Amino acid sequence: MNYSAGLDVGSTYTKAVLLSDSERLVGKAMEHTGFKLEQAAERALRAALEMAGLQRSDLAYVVTTGYGRYQIPFRDIQVTDLTADARGSRLLFPGTNTVLDIGGQTMKALRLDEAGRVRSFRLNDKCAAGTGAFLEKTARYMGYSTQEIGPLVATSKEAVAISGVCAVFAESEVINHLSHGAPPADIMHGAIASLLDRSVQLMKRVQMQPEVTVAGGILRFESMARILREKLEAEVNLPEGEMVQYVGALGAAALGLHRLRRMAEPPAALTPAGTSEAS
Amino acid sequence: MAYAAGVDVGSTQTKAVLLNEQRQIVARALIDTGANVVSAAENAFFQALGNGGVQEEEVAYVVGTGYGRYRVTFGNTQVTEISCHGRGAVHMFPASHTVLDMGGQDTKAIRVHPTGEILDFCMNDKCAAGTGRFLGAAAAALEIPLDELGATALRAERPVKISTTCTVFAESEVLSWLGKGKKVEDILLGVHQSIASRSIGLLRRVGIEPELTFTGGVAKNVGMIRVLNDALGFTMNVSDDSIFMGAIGAALFALDHVVSSRVPAASREAEA
Repeated sequence: MNYSAGLDVGSTYTKAVLLSDSERLVGKAMEHTGFKLEQAAERALRAALEMAGLQRSDLAYVVTTGYGRYQIPFRDIQVTDLTADARGSRLLFPGTNTVLDIGGQTMKALRLDEAGRVRSFRLNDKCAAGTGAFLEKTARYMGYSTQEIGPLVATSKEAVAISGVCAVFAESEVINHLSHGAPPADIMHGAIASLLDRSVQLMKRVQMQPEVTVAGGILRFESMARILREKLEAEVNLPEGEMVQYVGALGAAALGLHRLRRMAEPPAALTPAGTSEAS
Repeated sequence: MAYAAGVDVGSTQTKAVLLNEQRQIVARALIDTGANVVSAAENAFFQALGNGGVQEEEVAYVVGTGYGRYRVTFGNTQVTEISCHGRGAVHMFPASHTVLDMGGQDTKAIRVHPTGEILDFCMNDKCAAGTGRFLGAAAAALEIPLDELGATALRAERPVKISTTCTVFAESEVLSWLGKGKKVEDILLGVHQSIASRSIGLLRRVGIEPELTFTGGVAKNVGMIRVLNDALGFTMNVSDDSIFMGAIGAALFALDHVVSSRVPAASREAEA
């Protein structure tokens, strides 16, 4: 049995997914990325292997993706986050035509073609106000951790208007609202609404078409998907549970399987004799 | 003898300046703004009175400026910080045609007429990149006091190129350079260069015409002065009172009132 590993080395977390050759997920794990990317990837991979009860030698192929994809020496190949997201979201939701991926330091909107390839994309990686970092900062200014964002917003009655122009200047805005007695839950709700407004803009620029699938750690909170559904007035595919964070790693692993199959194929019959040994 | 006061309530620090009728600075005060803007303005003003040995009733007119200018409750009037920095810069350096004001939360490029009148300005107050906050974030990440940033940066030999625009991402970029074994001074010089290049972009939008006067809290930073001079290709005017430039301009506007209308201090006392 051949197994393929997908490693998504993100700015905040490194995710590993293991797939069997029947595209069955046999293991997954997540580790803080930190500054030693290779070690984070190593740890995530080892944890995923342990979950699957596999040895390193069972891995036939390792595909990396994410911002740290080039810094993992034990990879067989690397693919862009866009390609990985496209593949991963189609695997989870075959009807996907648009993908929204909100990571710690990026926001991406992708439009897929019929074959599931990336037809167009828009990316924000220049400004924290359009990424998960904006929500993390807002939460931190109020004394909450990232993990508490979801439960906090669940208690919100209505959103406080947050301009969302700069994640640094948001601090004064947040303090201002707190001093006027606004509940932290409503401020957080406002910050999410402001971030999702930006994401809708980004998706419009790739001519979004249903179905929309979301990916990325910050979207694991049910409240995020709910607010996004309200804004889009449409259904949004939310990968179940933790899987929303593993879309890229899953896609990378699936692309690894694809390559394994291609390599296993006999040399194409159309290739003129004498040149086939290259494959 | 009547005095005029300017109180500049900035996002980070509050500055107060007293001028006599000969337009000489008789006292200055500099305090952290903190959360209570109203008392920051009062404290700076009274500290300046104490420093100058001036009685409150001798101050004939007070002008508030800066982002907290409407919270200078004892002020007679308010003038925008753009006008005040322009006025202050022309007063200190009469040949100023361009002013760069770099404060804690915003950066402004101002083109001034020799009379101190504002011809054009451009400001960055929507995004923390290219403002003092960017330096503050780097200082915090590298654990270096703000007032040592410039001198540390000038010890650099091979500046690192900071590629991120956003202050939030710059914090992690700074740490990742540190993780890759880059020297603190090389990273810091890169941070200064990144801010300088954004400021020059802002200056170009109003037109860069020498002489250029550098004002605001960041104008105390020797590293920033050097990097900006190098990028501009000429030397900027930097006063020892650069951080007080807005307050000086405000005090000059206040003095205009004192001289032209001899307004009694009664209205101010009633509120105090």
